[in-house]
Amino acid sequence: MARKLPDVDVVLVGFGWTAAILGQELTDAGLQVLALERGAWRDTSTDFAVPFIQDELRYYFRHELFQEASRQTLTFRNSSDETALPMRHLGSFLPATGVGGAGIHWNGQTWRFLPSDFVAKSHNEQRYGKLPDGMTVQDWGVTYDDLEPYYDKFEYLCGISGKAGNLNGQKQAGGNPFEGPRRRDYPNPPMDMTYAPTLFAKAAQELGYQPFPCPSANMSRAYTNPLGVQLGPCTYCGFCEKYACGNYSKSSPQTTILPVLMRKPNFTLRTGCDVLKVNVDNTGKRATGVTYVDAQGEEWEQPAELVILCAFAHHNPHLLLVSGIGTPYDPTTGTGVVGKNYAYQIVSSVQVFYDDKLMNPFIGAGSLGMGIDEFNGDNFDHTGLGFIGGGYLALWTTNGRPIETHPTPEGTPKWGSKWKKAVVDSYLRSASISTHGAVMSHRGNYLDLDPVYRDIYGRPLLRLTFDYMQNEHRMSDYLTDRAAEIAKAMNPREVKVNRQQGPYSIVPYQTTHNTGGAIMGSDPKTSVVNRYLQSWDVPNLFVMGSGAFPQNPGYNPTGTVGALTYWAADAIRNQYLKNPGPLVQA
Amino acid sequence: MSDPRLSRRQLLTAGAAISSAVATGTVDPAAARTIQGDMPWAPGAADRPRMVEPGPYRFFTPEEAAFIEAAVARLIPADDLGPGAREVGVPTFLDRQLDGPYGRGERWYMLGPWRNGTESQGYQSRLTPAQMYRFAIAAIDTHVRDKNQGKTFAQLSPDDQDKLLQSLEKGEVELRGVSGKAFFDTFLQNTVEGFFADPIYGGNQDMAAWKMIGFPGARYDYRDYVAKHGEPYPLPPVSLMGRPDWNPKG
Amino acid sequence: MRKTAQLSVLIIGATALLPFTDVRGADSSYAQIMRGRYLTMAGDCLGCHTPEGAKPFSGGRGIETPFGVIYSPNITPDRETGIGAWTDEQFYRALHEGISADGSRLYPAFPYPYYTRVTREDVDAIRAYLDTLEPVSNSPPRNKLPFPLSERIVLRPWDWLFFDDGTFKPDPNKTPQWNRGAYLVEGLGHCGACHTPKNLLGADEDKKHLYGNNLQNWFAPSLGKDLRIGLGSWSEDDIITYLKTGRNAHSHATGPMAEVVALSTSQMTVDDLSAIATYLKDLPGEAQEAGGNASSAVEGAVAKAGEAIYVDQCAACHRTSGEGVPHFFPPLKGNANAQQGDPTSVVRVILEGARSVPTDARPTPLSMPAFNWKLSDEQVAAVATYIRNSWGNTAPAVTADQVKDLRGKLQAKAE
Repeated sequence: MARKLPDVDVVLVGFGWTAAILGQELTDAGLQVLALERGAWRDTSTDFAVPFIQDELRYYFRHELFQEASRQTLTFRNSSDETALPMRHLGSFLPATGVGGAGIHWNGQTWRFLPSDFVAKSHNEQRYGKLPDGMTVQDWGVTYDDLEPYYDKFEYLCGISGKAGNLNGQKQAGGNPFEGPRRRDYPNPPMDMTYAPTLFAKAAQELGYQPFPCPSANMSRAYTNPLGVQLGPCTYCGFCEKYACGNYSKSSPQTTILPVLMRKPNFTLRTGCDVLKVNVDNTGKRATGVTYVDAQGEEWEQPAELVILCAFAHHNPHLLLVSGIGTPYDPTTGTGVVGKNYAYQIVSSVQVFYDDKLMNPFIGAGSLGMGIDEFNGDNFDHTGLGFIGGGYLALWTTNGRPIETHPTPEGTPKWGSKWKKAVVDSYLRSASISTHGAVMSHRGNYLDLDPVYRDIYGRPLLRLTFDYMQNEHRMSDYLTDRAAEIAKAMNPREVKVNRQQGPYSIVPYQTTHNTGGAIMGSDPKTSVVNRYLQSWDVPNLFVMGSGAFPQNPGYNPTGTVGALTYWAADAIRNQYLKNPGPLVQA
Repeated sequence: MSDPRLSRRQLLTAGAAISSAVATGTVDPAAARTIQGDMPWAPGAADRPRMVEPGPYRFFTPEEAAFIEAAVARLIPADDLGPGAREVGVPTFLDRQLDGPYGRGERWYMLGPWRNGTESQGYQSRLTPAQMYRFAIAAIDTHVRDKNQGKTFAQLSPDDQDKLLQSLEKGEVELRGVSGKAFFDTFLQNTVEGFFADPIYGGNQDMAAWKMIGFPGARYDYRDYVAKHGEPYPLPPVSLMGRPDWNPKG
Repeated sequence: MRKTAQLSVLIIGATALLPFTDVRGADSSYAQIMRGRYLTMAGDCLGCHTPEGAKPFSGGRGIETPFGVIYSPNITPDRETGIGAWTDEQFYRALHEGISADGSRLYPAFPYPYYTRVTREDVDAIRAYLDTLEPVSNSPPRNKLPFPLSERIVLRPWDWLFFDDGTFKPDPNKTPQWNRGAYLVEGLGHCGACHTPKNLLGADEDKKHLYGNNLQNWFAPSLGKDLRIGLGSWSEDDIITYLKTGRNAHSHATGPMAEVVALSTSQMTVDDLSAIATYLKDLPGEAQEAGGNASSAVEGAVAKAGEAIYVDQCAACHRTSGEGVPHFFPPLKGNANAQQGDPTSVVRVILEGARSVPTDARPTPLSMPAFNWKLSDEQVAAVATYIRNSWGNTAPAVTADQVKDLRGKLQAKAE
C-alpha cells in the first residue's frame, strides 16, 4: 500500500536534460519542484573522472553508464505479423540511468531542424503531391520561427561551438547555408579540426558542396554560460559518446545547469526512485501525482499540482500506457494516439583507407567533424527519386577506441592473421564518412504494451514494432551514393561502402535517436500533446522529449529537444501558471 | 570520510560518502538519497575500476582452459606483427569476465519465455554468457572428439582448428542445447575485447596490442597534436594504471 | 557587485527577531542587530559553532587541534545550554579576555587572541544579533583532551606567556582602509589562527605571522609578500575576487578555506574585502622561505617520472604548459600553494582530490578527482616534485615517505 507524501508544486519524472531545464525554469518561477530519478547521483570528479573514465570495456561494452535491460527493456519486432521478443541486452540504442540521463554520454552533436521539417507533411505534399499510403507524416504544430529563440537559448546554455550559416536571413560563408535563420552566431567558435575532416571538406568543396564545421557541444574554449556555470575546453580525448566527460568540456545537465539548480532551496532531487505510474483522479482529466518505488522496494504516492514526464523517449509513452492516459494507438484502424508514429534514424557509412596518410583517429571529440547539408530535408529536388527527406553527410572523428573502432578493408576476414594484419595496417590510416538519414513515420511503426513479457515490477514491457520502409531505404542508398562520391574524391587507396540493408535490427549500435510515441500536433485526434507538449487529455500533465517528434528529420535530436523544453517551460510560466487549464482549445 | 568542514547544507540522509555510479539489476543502497542544496561530493570519492588480480583460472576447468587457449590463438594468432591473444593474456581476461557480473548476465533481461527470434531480434537464449561458454565448449569438444578419433579441439592441428572455427562461424555446426554461431560470435567479440581492453582486465598485457596498432591508450589531452595533421603521435601508450615511465626507477 | 553593509547581510538566511529581554542593552536596535549579523558572519562564528546538519550556532562541532578535539559551545540564546543567561559584560569578556561567564578560561581553539582586538561596540552588536537566534537546547560533548590539558587551569600560564589582551589600535601612519583591513584580518577574521605557524604549545609564532601553517592535515599557505610562495604576485583585485567568489586567476579556495569563503568572505562587502587586500598586500615578506629550502636539483629519474605522470594525467586540466585555464583550472606555473615549503596541501589534493567552493558568483564546483587509488607513494612524490619544480617553480622535493605518512593520517581520520 503506497504511503502518501506531502504535496509539491511540480514533480519531474526522470532527471536528464529536459528535467534539468524545467527544474531551473520552474524554480525560477517560484515553484517547489521535486525530481524523481531511478538511478543514482553521479558527477564529474567522482563518477566520470579523468583517471578512470577512458575505459572502453567498462563503459561501452559493459554498459556501466547505461540503463540495465534487467531493470527496464522492451520487446521488439519488425512488423505486426511477427511475435515481439525482449531486447535482452542493449544494442541499437543506449538509454541511460542516473542523474543527467543520456545527456552525459552523448556525443554532443547539436543541430537545429530545418524550417521545412516542422511542416513536413504540408511542405512535401505541396511540392511533390500526396504522400504514399501508409506514410503518416504530420506537421508539428510549431514552426521553426516559434522555436528559434529557444534553440538560441539552448545553444547558449550549452556553449555550442560552431559557425552560423544564416544570420537573420544573410548567408554566412563557412557555415551551413541551408540552416534556418538564426538571430546570432554560436556562443563559441568551431573546434580545431583534425586531419580527416579537412580532407573531406576539400573533396566536398571540389564537388561543389559547401562544407561547414558541425555544431558541437564539446567546448572549443573555456566558457561561462548565461547561468554563470563554467565549462572547460575540450581536450580531444576521443572518449565522448558512451562515456561521460572528465574535464567539464561536454555540455550535460551536470556541466550546464545543476550547479545552479541544486543550490536552490525550492528544488529537491530524490534518487533511487522508480516511477511506476501517473495517478489521475476519477474524472481521468486531472493528474494527482505519481506512484514510485524506492530502492528498498517501498511504494510511495507523490502528489503534485503539475506532473511532467521527463524520462527517455520510450519510457514516457510507456508510462502513459500503463497509467491509462490517452487512447492507445491501433495500427489496424489507424486510430488512437499513444504510441503512434514511432521513428528512428537510418545511418550508413563509407570508409576510406589510405597507405600514405596518418589520420590519428584517437584524437577526436564527439562532435568534431565537417559536414554538408545539401541532401538533408527538402534542400534538394526529390522529383523522381521515390522518397522524401534526407540527411547530412559528415566526416566525424569521434574516436579511435580500438575495441569499437578497428576498421578493415572490404573482404577482410573477421579473425586470424589476415585480420590482424589488416587492423594493424588500417588503424591509423582510415576514416569514415557518415550519413545520418531521416525516418518518416509509417502506419505500422508504433509502440504499445507487450502481451507476454513483464518488467521487475510486473508491468507489461513496452512493445516496439518498427522497420525501415521503402522511403528510408531509398533515401539511405541515395545518401550513401553521395558519400561514396566524396570518398572517392578524397583519393584514398580504397573505399568501403557500408549500406543500410535489410530489415532494421536491434542488435548493432546505431543511434539513440528514438522518436515518436507521444507526438505533438494541432489535433487531439492525431497527437498526444499539443504544441506546448501539454497532454490533450490531462491539462496538468506535460510530456517532454523526442517522443514529441511526429517523425524524425535528418539531424540529431538533442538541439530540438532542448528548444522544445524551453518553449514548453515558457508556456507553463507565462500561460499555464496564470491560468491552469488547456493551453490550446481542441 | 568527508571533511566535516565541507558541504554544509547537504544530504538529508546519511549515507555512503562514496558515490556509486553503478546501479546493477541488484539494488544499490547508496543510490537512494534525497539531495537538496548542493551537489554531493566527498574527498577521495572515486568510482574506480575493478582490476583483475593475476593468478590461476577461477572459472575455466582445465579442459575449458585448453580449448580457450587454443582457440584464442587461432582467432588472433601470434605472428611477426606481434603477440597474439594467448600471449597477451586474453584467456585470463575471459576467465575473469565469465567469473563476474558479465558472465552472470547481470545486466541482461533473463526472463522467459525464450523463443527463437529473427536475426533482427538478437540474442534470445536463456543462457548467461558463463553458461553459454560452459555448454558450448563441452559440446564443441564432444563434436570434435566424435569426428577426430577422440581428439579434443586443443589437440587438433591449427588448420583443423581454423576449419572448425569457420564452421562454427557459419552456423554449420549443430551443438546440443546451444547455438554454435551465437557462441562463436560472442567468443570472437569477447576475444577482441580482451585483446584491446585496458590491461587492468587481464588481457592486452604490457599494452602489446595497443603498441601494435598505435593506440596511445588512456590519454586525456591531445590539444598539442590536433593541428599536426598527418604527423605520427610520439608518446607511448598508457593504461588506466599508468605506464613504466611513471616509476622513478624505470 | 558593491553592497552596503546592511544589504550584504540579507544574503545570509533569514533569522527571526525575538522581542527584547532584560539581558540586552537598552539601546539595541534593528541597525545594531543587522550590523551584528554582518560582524558575526565576518568572524565566521557559524563555521565552528555548527556541526554538519545541526541547527545554526548550536555548538558541538569538533575542532581538531594537535592536542585533541575540542567541541564548540552552544551560542544560541538558550538559557540552560546556550548563552541566553549571559550578560553583555560576560560576553565581551569571553571575546576580549578568553574567559567564560563562569570564570573558567576558554581554549584558544576559540581564537580570543584575535577577537580581543574587536571593539566593545562591535562585540555588543554581535551579541545583540546572537540574541535574536532560535534558542536550541544542545550541550556539546566533552572535549577529547588528555590530562592535564583537559583542565582549563592550564590556560592560565598559557595566557600569561602568549596572550596580551587589547582592543585594536589604528596606526595613524596608515590609511583608514589599511586600518580597517588590519582590524578585520587581525580581529574577527582571525586569519592567523590558521595561517600563522604555532609553537609546541600551540601559540602563534609571532615572528612568522601569516607565513603559513600546517593544521588538520592541510598547509594553510603564506599570506606574506613573497612572489613565489606568498601573495606577492596577486593584485588587490585578485585577493578581493578570491574572497568574494572563491576563485581567481591563480587559485581556487578548497579544503578548510572553502568554508571560510562560503560562509564568511563571499558575503562581505567589497569595501571590506578591499581593506583586507590593502592590509595583506602591505605585509612584510619573509626571507627565510624564499629560496631557502628550494631544491632545484631534482633527481633526473624523479623528474622524468613526474613529467610522464603529469602529461598523462594532469595536463587534461592544468595543461602541459602548467598554465591551466585561469578561473577554471588553476595554473600550476607560478602557483604559490604548490610551492610552499611544506607540501602537505599539494600531496593531499593529489590523493583526495579537491573541490572549488561554489559561491553565488561562481556556482560551478569544478573539482579535481582523487588519485589515491591510482598512484603509488613514489608516483605521487614524483609528480608533486615535478609540479613544484617546473615552469620556473622552485620548492623542496616531496618524498615517498611524506606521501605515505599523509596517506596514513588521512586514512586514520576516515576510520
